[in-house]
Amino acid sequence: MIARAREPLIFEHSRPGRAARAQWPAASAEDERSAEHIPPALLRRRPAALPELSELDVVRHYTRLSQLNFSIDTHFYPLGSCTMKYNPKACNAAALLPEFLARHPLSPPELSQGFLACVYELQEMLKAITGMRGVALSPLAGAHGEFAGVAMIRAYHRSRGDPTRNEILVPQAAHGTNPATATMCGCVAREIPVDADGDVDLSALRAALGPRTAGIMLTNPSTLGVFERRIEEVARLVHAAGGLLYYDGANLNAILGKVRPGDMGFDVMHVNLHKTFSTPHGGGGPGAGPVGVAQRLLPFLPLPIVGRDGGPASAEGGGESESDDRGESDDRGEGQSVRYRWLDERDLPQSIGRLAGFGGNAGVLLRAYVYLRLLGREGLQRVAEFATLNANYLSARLQQVGYDAAYPRRRASHEFILTLRRQAQELGVTAMDVAKRLLDLGFHAPTTYFPLLISECLLIEPTETESKETLDAFVTAMTRILQEAREDPERLQRAPYTLPVRRLDDVHAARELDLAYRERRPQESSDAAAS
Amino acid sequence: MSRIPADLRYTRSHEWLRQLQDGTVEIGISDHAQEALGDLVFVELPELGRRLAAGEACAVVESVKAASDIFAPIAGTVVGTNDKLAHSPELINRDPYGGGWLMRVKPQSPEEVAALLSAKDYEAVAAER
Repeated sequence: MIARAREPLIFEHSRPGRAARAQWPAASAEDERSAEHIPPALLRRRPAALPELSELDVVRHYTRLSQLNFSIDTHFYPLGSCTMKYNPKACNAAALLPEFLARHPLSPPELSQGFLACVYELQEMLKAITGMRGVALSPLAGAHGEFAGVAMIRAYHRSRGDPTRNEILVPQAAHGTNPATATMCGCVAREIPVDADGDVDLSALRAALGPRTAGIMLTNPSTLGVFERRIEEVARLVHAAGGLLYYDGANLNAILGKVRPGDMGFDVMHVNLHKTFSTPHGGGGPGAGPVGVAQRLLPFLPLPIVGRDGGPASAEGGGESESDDRGESDDRGEGQSVRYRWLDERDLPQSIGRLAGFGGNAGVLLRAYVYLRLLGREGLQRVAEFATLNANYLSARLQQVGYDAAYPRRRASHEFILTLRRQAQELGVTAMDVAKRLLDLGFHAPTTYFPLLISECLLIEPTETESKETLDAFVTAMTRILQEAREDPERLQRAPYTLPVRRLDDVHAARELDLAYRERRPQESSDAAAS
Repeated sequence: MSRIPADLRYTRSHEWLRQLQDGTVEIGISDHAQEALGDLVFVELPELGRRLAAGEACAVVESVKAASDIFAPIAGTVVGTNDKLAHSPELINRDPYGGGWLMRVKPQSPEEVAALLSAKDYEAVAAER
């Protein structure tokens, strides 16, 4: 259950002179000397106004704050298009090994063979899962991977003497980051409508394609929670027009081990390790958004990539040290002759460059590595099967109890959309009211008002890690909410009731943004809530 | 039901357009659009003098739900913007066809205006969803 009391800011707990000296870093003479190199104008005149607390005060403060939150460890978290699934604790095993934790990123490769082997094998596993020919792991998040992908699309067209291709097509059902990525890469985003059943409108696509088309960015299944059924036709049309296909891996969870973006005709994609492959997310990071590419984009992959000398050959991102064919990556038993190393600009002279410090977020890569090793091919298929089964079960049950699906004629993928349009018109109850009331009933709310295409929508993604009992409890809560909507709509409109704060005025907060903490004078300290 | 004044022209993407005496046009978003977006919290307007192509994204309106592009209904040059919106984006919610106007544009070819949707045609568009 959620704690209900307001927790003061850490500054409000502060008392002069209070401290936990055992936690202080030991100041060395070297630290003192290093200050001498800083220009006097840049040095502080007064010490920083840090809060002064005992260790126990700090522990209690942050523990209490954590109890004010919903989290996947405490609550069902059906936040659509985000894949907030449970990340098995076992996946931390490799990332917590002291040998990896203490490994300096500049350690010479001969002292890093274990780490490099994990990274190399992760590259190979992601190639097998996605059907791509090369993978680079360094991008730090999904949008970062998108940036790398579209940068490669541009580099590809330029390398062919076709630099004027700068239009990126984005279906209405794409992720919001897609048009932003196109813009960041100096392209122009053009939106393609979808039809009544959620598929890309092919005649609109045909009309938009032309000599300026750089590519199309697609999420499949889309954010409408349905699989793009004519993807092969979309790929044929885009390729015929000279464009490339970008796959946004946000919804990869739905198709793991079932169908591969490479086989659908995609040329480049990213994978969200922090959604699909066992790094917790939602807290702002760290994440990882590796990119995968088909044959023709191999020369442009971002660096660094781990290559292998010796052992069975494998398709590598242009690595010269590789012989030219692909093959399974299992190199165990290859003995002493196998060496892993970072590929650099000498290996990939056409690379779009380096997008992250060193090799990316090593801990996230190691978690994905363990997750994939634990699940294997069959385990990954079960992930997709249970993710879609859970979504379809929940969708069917919620329709039974009186909710409307946005695409009732389509089978859901790993997520589905309800629309509260009818209830909004008839009862004056909105998707936001339902979401807020769910908080009272002990569930994190689904995604609200996204995708924008569907009015009054809830985007619900149960994920494969939830049991039938949890899903049924969610249905019970949703049933109760619908009953309240009919009998006492005001009850919903004023929710939530049981949280530390009531309905927040998000319009006021957005219009009059005020985030700065101002220290109160002692006589004011008994004032009510901090701003 | 949202209001759709008969004397304005409209687009499928929910902009309205009013012809002014001096040959320029005023552009805003429809009552239906502001209702769908909810309370607006931020508006980004084009710079004066910017030349717009028809259908080009030329402004952004942001609510707590979403940020949406505004598309130029016609080609032309921006000759005025509603600076009050910087501090009072709620004017669009309160008075979408009056105080909530977005920009004034000098049309490149006045015939383009006549090709836009009439109030009656737009009524059907607004009823679609």
